[in-house]
Parts: sequence; C-alpha cells; structure tokens
Amino acid sequence: MKAQPQNPTVEQVWTWLAEVNDPEIPVISVVDLGIVREVFWRENVLHVAITPTYSGCPATRIIEQDIAEALRQRGLTQVQLETRISPAWTTDWLSEQGREKLTSYGIAPPSGSAIPITDISGGPRAVLRIVCPRCSSDQTRKISDFGSTPCKAHYVCRSCMEPFDYFKCI
Amino acid sequence: MADQQPLFEYLLRLGDNGVILSHRLSEWCGHGPVLEEDLALTNVALDLIGQARLWLTLAGSVEGKGRDEDQLAYLRDAGGFRNLLLVEQPNGDFAHTLARQFYFDTWHYFLLRGLAGSSDSRIAEIADKSLKEVAYHLRRSSEWVVTLGDGTPESQGRMQTAVDALWAYTGEMFETDAVDMAVVEDGVGVNPDTLREPWAAHVYDTLERATLRPPDENWWHKGGKRGLHSEHLGFILADMQFLQRAYPNARW
Repeated sequence: MKAQPQNPTVEQVWTWLAEVNDPEIPVISVVDLGIVREVFWRENVLHVAITPTYSGCPATRIIEQDIAEALRQRGLTQVQLETRISPAWTTDWLSEQGREKLTSYGIAPPSGSAIPITDISGGPRAVLRIVCPRCSSDQTRKISDFGSTPCKAHYVCRSCMEPFDYFKCI
Repeated sequence: MADQQPLFEYLLRLGDNGVILSHRLSEWCGHGPVLEEDLALTNVALDLIGQARLWLTLAGSVEGKGRDEDQLAYLRDAGGFRNLLLVEQPNGDFAHTLARQFYFDTWHYFLLRGLAGSSDSRIAEIADKSLKEVAYHLRRSSEWVVTLGDGTPESQGRMQTAVDALWAYTGEMFETDAVDMAVVEDGVGVNPDTLREPWAAHVYDTLERATLRPPDENWWHKGGKRGLHSEHLGFILADMQFLQRAYPNARW
C-alpha cells in the first residue's frame, strides 16, 4: 500500500534517525552505528528494523526507546520497531562519518574487517594497526579484548602512555 | 506437525547453559583479580545472558504454553533445568573459573558453528550471531590458560589443579541421548558426539602450549541435561529466583 500523502517520506525519517545518538557513545548516531537496517511504511504504520550490536548489550532497549521517542516528537505515533538479528550486526556497517566521530571522541574505530571467527588460537594474530586516538601513534598494545562496554576492547598507547578504548571488530 | 517436545528440551539446554554460567560469572562482579578481568568476566556474562534470552524466548514459543524467557528462567525448579553440570560448578579461584570457561567456550564455539547450519532458520540466526561473541570468549580463555599455565610455578600449579578438577565434567558435553537424536534427525540440532574431536584438538593443543599435563581420566559426571543436578544448582536458583518467588510478577 502506498504511503498516505501526509506521511513523511522514508528519506525524511532516516534524517531524523541520524540525530538519535547511541546512549553509551553519545557522539555517534544509531544510523552511523549501522543498527537501523530498514525503514518502510506499511498500511500507514512506520516500520523500523533494528539489529542489536551484542546479544546482551544493555543499551539496546534504551536505543529502541530513544528511537520511538524521537519519532513521537516528530508526530509519528504509528511506529512499529522490529528486532532483526539476521544478518548479524558487524562493525563493517559503521559509517565513515561514524568512524571519524569515534576517533575525535577518543575511541579508536575498528581496524579493518571483522576477525574471522575461525581464528580461535588465542595466540598472536596478524597484528592489527590500531592507532591511538590521542597522539596518532600506532605503537599500541592490547590490555584486554573486553572493555567498558560489550563493543569495546581495552588498549594502551606505548607512545603517550594513555589507555584508550578500541571499538573492536566483530 | 512434528512433536515439539524434543526441540523444546534442546532449546532449554542451550538457554540454561547461558543462564547458569552467566550467573556464575556475575558472582565475580567487583571481585575480579584486576579491574580489566572484572570487566571481561562480566562482559562474557552479559553476552551469555543475551544469548540465553534469545534461546529461552524461542523455547517458550516452541512450547506454545505462553511461557516467556522470564518465566522459564525464574519459575522452574532445579529439576527443570537442563544445563550441563560443568557450568554450575563453583567459581573457585581464578584458575578454576578459567578452566571451566575454557572447556565450555571450546565446546560452545564448535556447537554454534554446527548450529549456524541448522535447518531451522530461527536457530541458525541465533547461532550465527552468538558465534561472533563466543569466538572472542574462546580466544580470551585460551590465552589465559596459556598465560597462567606457562607462567610462574604458583600460576602453573593452580591452573593444573583446575583443569584436572573440572575434567570429569567435560564428558557430559558429548553424551548423546534421545532428545539429541530427535533434533539431529530433523537437521535442526548437532550430534554432540561430533563435537568431541574438534573440542579435544583445541583443548590438547592449548594445554600443550600452556605446558600443562592433559588429564587422562575418563570417568564422567552426568545428568544435567536430564535435570539431575549437583547440589550447587539449588543455591544458584535460591539466589537468582528469590525476588520473583517472594514477589511474584515484580517488575524492574
């Protein structure tokens, strides 16, 4: 069914969603994160498909509330949010703009593509070039693959000695 | 429509492993040996509880009696839980927690790789998503086994004690029963017996790198998959379920 004339276009809705920020990394939007997968109208109901980052990420529910609230403020009341777990979210979906925002916020963006799940040795891997978001040195060292939120690992810079978060590839 | 009972049981096993191991790991919150490990332990717990929610929600819908994830987690008694005995074992010292995690992660990882090819798309989707997280869990626990095993005499001794102590709980992971066979026949589940070889390959390889002696016992504790648990599960549930039992339908 075609959208009624009074309904905002899908393109318009995308621009609104681009203003909804992640609650835990408040400089990057849900669109930059790549978790909004689809927006479409069906019988005058706006459908927004969201793919969660990590299964247990506590921000997921907040993000849904924030999206619903942002759309309500634009006058949209007939909104259906859907959780779509397949295809699984990957850091490859982070926008270029999102990567730049992460860096200026002090979080190193994902380096390259997701590590293949087949690499399980736990031994030294092909070393990723992870650049310190403060001093741009690539002399950095992993402290732990698990950081302050599920999506981040914990690194330290050998040049400026500052610890920093790395948005890890998945 | 085929009998849904085996699939329901199978999904409970998948979900309950996550719920119970996640609870155990969360007991470390604020007690980790260093801050980074406190975060890692609780991050892994968070991934596992997230995955368990997906499995239990699916289990409830397959069962068709209107039970949701919360009812399944909070309102079943010990005999209704289908988790492996391994995951309910107490944390012990950091080495025990890691040995438990390492044995479980290795099995979990190969299980999910199999389930990602399930003929049931709902299962394949959850497995595919979980696998990305579990690959990180496995890399971490493998790294730690090597670091502590090939470490100081103190850390090596503790790691050896831990891998020995928990070994007898690993055999249950490869035990195949009627529930497994029913879901394997439908192309939905993975035959546990097929996980034995890749599991052993990774475990022995890691223990060797860790300069640890592989345990050679072959007597196994079993029963968790059928609801026969060690005394530990009751204490976990008393802690975990208290609020919902004392104040039914209480909401956060």
